[in-house]
Amino acid sequence: MPDIDPQTLRRVYHSLRLIRRFEEEVARIYPEDKIKSPVHLSIGQESVAVGVCDALAKDDLAGGTYRGHAVYIAKGGNLNALMAELYGKDTGCTRGKGGSMHLMDIAHNVIGSSAVVGTTVPIALGYALALKREGKGRVIASFLGDGATEEGVFHESLNFAALKHLPVIFVCENNFYAIHTPISRRQAVPDAICERVKTYGIPAYRVTDADVFKIRDIVADAVPKMRRGEYGPIFLECHTYRWREHVGPANDYDAGYRSTDELQPWVDNDQIPRVAAMLEPDDRKVIDADVEKIVAASIAFAEKSPFPAAAELMTNVYA
Amino acid sequence: MSTPKNGGPDAAGNTGGRVLRYVDALKEAVDQEMARDPRVFVMGLDVDDHKALQGSTRGLLQKYGPERIFTTPLAEDAMTGTAIGAAMAGLRPIHVHIRMDFLMLSMNQLVNMAAKAHYMYGGAIKVPLVVRSIIGKSWGQGPQHSQGLYSMFMHIPGLKVVAPSNAHDAKGCMLAAIRDDNPVMFVEHRLLYPTEAYVPEEMFELAPGKSRVVVPGGDVTLVGVSNMLVECLRARELLADVGVVAEVIDPIWLSPLDTDTIVKSVRKTRRLVVVDNGWTMCGAGSEIAARLAEVLGAEGISFQVERLGFAPTICPTSPTIEELFYPNPARIAQAAYRLAKPKAPEWTPDPDRAVLAYQKQFRGPF
Repeated sequence: MPDIDPQTLRRVYHSLRLIRRFEEEVARIYPEDKIKSPVHLSIGQESVAVGVCDALAKDDLAGGTYRGHAVYIAKGGNLNALMAELYGKDTGCTRGKGGSMHLMDIAHNVIGSSAVVGTTVPIALGYALALKREGKGRVIASFLGDGATEEGVFHESLNFAALKHLPVIFVCENNFYAIHTPISRRQAVPDAICERVKTYGIPAYRVTDADVFKIRDIVADAVPKMRRGEYGPIFLECHTYRWREHVGPANDYDAGYRSTDELQPWVDNDQIPRVAAMLEPDDRKVIDADVEKIVAASIAFAEKSPFPAAAELMTNVYA
Repeated sequence: MSTPKNGGPDAAGNTGGRVLRYVDALKEAVDQEMARDPRVFVMGLDVDDHKALQGSTRGLLQKYGPERIFTTPLAEDAMTGTAIGAAMAGLRPIHVHIRMDFLMLSMNQLVNMAAKAHYMYGGAIKVPLVVRSIIGKSWGQGPQHSQGLYSMFMHIPGLKVVAPSNAHDAKGCMLAAIRDDNPVMFVEHRLLYPTEAYVPEEMFELAPGKSRVVVPGGDVTLVGVSNMLVECLRARELLADVGVVAEVIDPIWLSPLDTDTIVKSVRKTRRLVVVDNGWTMCGAGSEIAARLAEVLGAEGISFQVERLGFAPTICPTSPTIEELFYPNPARIAQAAYRLAKPKAPEWTPDPDRAVLAYQKQFRGPF
């Protein structure tokens, strides 16, 4: 068992548990048709967002993908505003304009996510350029999926980040599928994402067991060096697994493109019970109760919030 | 009124300032704004090389250093995203493309991110970005170096589009574009670069959404986009020879687009020739004609309209057929003449008088 200080342990568990329970509630509510947004659930993938974001400071930035609830929550985004956004309410984090695929909470340094795969990767470079000019040593974590590594813009972005020595942590959440097509049918050499990245002159790390603390350690080790300008960008590939269907609340192991045999090792390796078992039982109870309270409050907030007024349709088209 | 050498407008009758070339007016605007606002920076392939994009970024590197003006990899998609991210983070980037055709590689970022970010993130962030791009023409620019694709961007809410036709407006529009909190597509035409006009030394803004009557007239309204405005002015001279007095209007900003000024003109002339610097299908001219039909139709006013633009084909490189691809002063004048004098026999302007100064002046290779 790794030697983790109790505070970190509690914080990491709280974050993992919060994401899981939030999304389980989203899945539970979904059939009621109150959530007016396509949802891409992170259930099973929480450890990547939590491991990375826990190693960042509050004023560092992070941005997720269209499967972005986990990063939003792990970086400290407002949970009430997240649930309200899924409900399409005016109090949502993007005021009912973006929905689940376009989350942003800039007050908590969560940058915007995008529905078009890979689009946010160069956006993070622009932020990084500004951070570098600011000179305070802040960094940005840009999350992307295995599918995004096939986009041309990903390679363009790696090159520019390396060229300009930008303080970007590229985090690849490799869950092996782009919608329903496995990586083996999309990439000629599917197990060489890190090797390709290294050719751009970027240090690349691979974590294959989703261990939240391994992920955290890599980032925690690199970030101070990035702050001092000793490191430019780094790349982290984390193997993980999407438990639910690509979009929506259900399982889809009967669809024929994957099996429960493939799922099982990831369930056995689930980081949430693993970290829970590392906690004092009383600590765990306190955290679990707190998480339930926060999630319930977010649902209540979303339910009672108003929908946007008609004038909102034309508000903020231009700044 | 003293006339600038390009025959172009003295904006609002203004003959103040010095006579400057379009390219120098562009540079001056960026230079002055970079001096005023440290958030402004310039990026794009070759912006900092010895040619300085035909001089449009000349001297900026020496003055502001490599952090505020830098060349980029050939990666339009990622570089556009980078510029957008920097704008979201509070900087004010000017991203430059040597040819507008390359913007096709930036479409995802421009359409899906720059245009939508302010709205889809609930107003939490802004994208104060200027995207400069140059339309090429003549000397064999060909299929992929000649396109005026601004109407694609006019289609997208969240973007602003401007295509100044003279040095004076180039400066005023550039200052307005940089200071705008929205993404602005700044469309230049390389044949305009050497044209001259009076340009005030001090900073001034030509704010979005105001067209200008460049020269008044009562018989027919000519609207020209970008360098087609210059060609409309020459067409006006040709028409004057045969007793037709044209009113020439420069829309300047294509989005937001001020059609009120054009409506007012056509209410008077009942005849409109819109000359696009692109294809007519779904072009700026189509939008102008449609809006006029809506407004004047509701008033019960009928009017005639003709759209001119690129021939509905690919821009070829050989001069004999390239020449046929574009509207020119003679064809513009002929179209206007047909509307103004429908019963008159066909008229062909003197070909020597139809040639534009900048067509004689220009030499390759760039």
